[in-house]
Amino acid sequence: MQERSPSLLDELEARSIAILREAYFRVSPLMMLWSMGKDSTALLWLTRKAFFGAVPFPVVLLDTEMELPEVYDFRDELAAAWKLDVRNELCPPEASIDPSLPPATRAAARKTAGLRALIDRGKYRGVIVGIRRDEQATRAKERIFSPRAPDGAWDVKRQPAELWDVYHTDVPDGHHLRIHPLLHWTELDVWRYTQRENIPIVPLYLARDGKRYRSLGEKNITNPIASNAATIADIIAELESTTTSERAGRVMDHEAEDAFERLRTGGYM
Amino acid sequence: MNSPSGERPAQLRVVVVGHVDHGKSTLIGRLLHDTGNLNEHRLQEIRAAGERRSVPFEWSFVLDALQGERDQAVTVDTTRIWLRLPQRDLVLIDAPGHTEFLRNMVTGASEADAALLVVDADAGVSEQTRRHALLLDLIGVRSAVVAINKMDLVDYSEARFGQIRDELAGMLQRIGIAAQTFVPVAARDGDNVVRASVNMPWYAGSSVLDAITALESSLRAPGSLRIAVQGVLRRNLERIIVGRVAAGAIAVGDEVLISPSRVRARVRSIESWPPDGRTEAHYGDAVGFTLDGAAFVDRGDVISSPLGAPAPATEVRARLVWLGRAPLTSGDRLGLRIGTRLAYVEVKTLERVIDIDSLAARDTESVHANDVAEVVLKSRDVLAIDTAGGHAGLARFVLIDGLDIVGGGTVLAALDAPNAATNDLVPVGHLFDRDQRAWRNGHRGAVIWLTGLPAAGKSTLAMLAEQKLFERGFQTYVLDGDNIRAGLGSDLGFAHADRSENIRRVGEVAALFADAGTIAIAAFISPYRADRDRARRAAGTAFHEVYVKADASVCEARDPKGHYRQARAGTLKDFTGITGDYEPPPHPDLVIDTSVISPPDAAAQLLEYIERVVRLEPGATRSANA
Repeated sequence: MQERSPSLLDELEARSIAILREAYFRVSPLMMLWSMGKDSTALLWLTRKAFFGAVPFPVVLLDTEMELPEVYDFRDELAAAWKLDVRNELCPPEASIDPSLPPATRAAARKTAGLRALIDRGKYRGVIVGIRRDEQATRAKERIFSPRAPDGAWDVKRQPAELWDVYHTDVPDGHHLRIHPLLHWTELDVWRYTQRENIPIVPLYLARDGKRYRSLGEKNITNPIASNAATIADIIAELESTTTSERAGRVMDHEAEDAFERLRTGGYM
Repeated sequence: MNSPSGERPAQLRVVVVGHVDHGKSTLIGRLLHDTGNLNEHRLQEIRAAGERRSVPFEWSFVLDALQGERDQAVTVDTTRIWLRLPQRDLVLIDAPGHTEFLRNMVTGASEADAALLVVDADAGVSEQTRRHALLLDLIGVRSAVVAINKMDLVDYSEARFGQIRDELAGMLQRIGIAAQTFVPVAARDGDNVVRASVNMPWYAGSSVLDAITALESSLRAPGSLRIAVQGVLRRNLERIIVGRVAAGAIAVGDEVLISPSRVRARVRSIESWPPDGRTEAHYGDAVGFTLDGAAFVDRGDVISSPLGAPAPATEVRARLVWLGRAPLTSGDRLGLRIGTRLAYVEVKTLERVIDIDSLAARDTESVHANDVAEVVLKSRDVLAIDTAGGHAGLARFVLIDGLDIVGGGTVLAALDAPNAATNDLVPVGHLFDRDQRAWRNGHRGAVIWLTGLPAAGKSTLAMLAEQKLFERGFQTYVLDGDNIRAGLGSDLGFAHADRSENIRRVGEVAALFADAGTIAIAAFISPYRADRDRARRAAGTAFHEVYVKADASVCEARDPKGHYRQARAGTLKDFTGITGDYEPPPHPDLVIDTSVISPPDAAAQLLEYIERVVRLEPGATRSANA
């Protein structure tokens, strides 16, 4: 057999699959968050590859009932086609959220509250989340297996060492791990992989009437961008030349300089 | 360097290290900008944030995006920066310079293929420069580009550049790092970062960017096959072994060796989904495969080719960086994660600590936080050992104390063959105590006493728990009516007195199992509180009462053995729940209500409880003299 050098996507894929399997063999009970966006859908696909077609843990939607209708349709179609154990977790109302947060940040914080309630109820020790380091500066600091205190808090100043792929998965009772198998991917990587593997996407990512969604959040706090990218190949070409950031359409990122950091230290994804 | 499919090649990951004030962040900010990779949106954000604070813009702001870090003007944790280049993507890993954040520097370095070492031309080589170089070697990053920065502060002096280059070259060579290129740089102004410097016409070599991209990936040396087994997935009757190919390749029909059991087997299939008919897997692949025959493989095993297999050993010499708060001393007992295996080791000898100033070794009696040291570790189990000189990937380990990572390093040598190894952990003639057995097993012994009505689900639960515990490497055994009544209680009937005596015997036997280090799961109706309390007295604190609860109507509806029907018909006497009383536990340690949750959920609940109570507490793995 001759030596081959792995391609970018092969290397990213293999690493993610290995992380998903570590999570499965070492952390229980375990669940995965699925927002129906391109990242967590690619993550579901990777999960099926890791477990030979099956998704061996529940797949949770933190539902604010504010997703766009196309997103809910996509959930129902894929859940049936891929035989997913989808759990819809209704998030607490906005009235119960810290009033000192700016409005869109408060809307996003509902998900944090929903997630915390779910973890408490299901006593989950592991939550798999499809965040990436290139999305946002605070996410760039994340560990792949990232411990969280019982209140969901992330202590960025005191993260444990994470050496090679020898992951540390022991946390005290009541704490849990956020597991980030896509941390090392970029937005462009996800699109190239989605194209190569032919993974389904919510049609809102593709341009209609000169606009498309680059990042899918709730309809009250996410804006489409001007674009003519009508296919995934168009999106890839667009991203290869763009200099605006992916989350530019997410209102909450821009309300206050530290808004997203406050969300994350409080337990946001 | 394109892959056969014509796709983009894998990224090159470069960790940027050096003293805290030598200009790493400035260099990275400049690299981003000068390669056209600085996102306009982010740059604007950063400029605006600086203006709000009335601080003049600096390139390092690009990286100091976290509030806390801006305030202190130092990098606390590693971050990643992507450079999109025409040929391949480059990932810069910015690692903090401060010694107190060394764990973060090591974390960043452990993901890297190569290093960019930044040294201040004016200040020269510092303690942190040496420490980082030493750690790069320990982590396995042995290829580096050196940027001698702030040349503007030394009037772009060729002599000063030569002086620092020669000093560094000697130091790096002694440590074992191959420094490919030394580049004189003024990062703030972009001199020799991407563009050639007009201020240093005497320098004709590569820019920092060219030097890094020239590193290519000759860095990844493949050897003969190594797979650390992550686990076994069941699909129908097949057992698919999964793990990442850490070196070499594997193909259908190959003979492989399973370590540490040293059993040989042949590869029957390579599995993939969606099925694509592949028959081989290579270095880097996350592979699934099946073996012919009945060879038993479990998480923690190493798959290799029969020739050039890892050495079986219980004693190793290792070089490590200590990250624990308390000093490391000989006699300490720690968890060791190597490959996918968790073992327990004792620090047999502290051989030497590397002095950061002289890079010389000195004797020591304790190793302090951030020290690099060589130690001898002794494992109670035989480990499959690779060494840093050969299969570096499987020579790496982390050390664990309780729930904390307290160090990491690489194995330098296996010191014994297993046959020669005598068990000298406990001197002959001494009694093993419970703690020693617990330490050896990696968990405590326990009596898990399941009580509840007939058909409440006790046996089902016990069997599921036993199976899972066994798969996860726990010592466990189920005691139930079937195996007790057959022998130990064969002289007893089902009258009240006989049932009490039966439970007394089970209680005593279970206590002995627990004392011997096993998790004994006893599944008995055990209707009388007094009998259960007697069993608790026999096992003491190791006893855990689990009330397997289900409504009597639910149990009667289940009736898997037809006993309820017979009792109702009057053909079965003294049947608990119908003609006999059941006294529920007033204060059970755990209640599992099987009328509302499924057997797998019930088993998960029980497992979680068991794993918690048998776990060695933080600190329990340290010896008394620690």
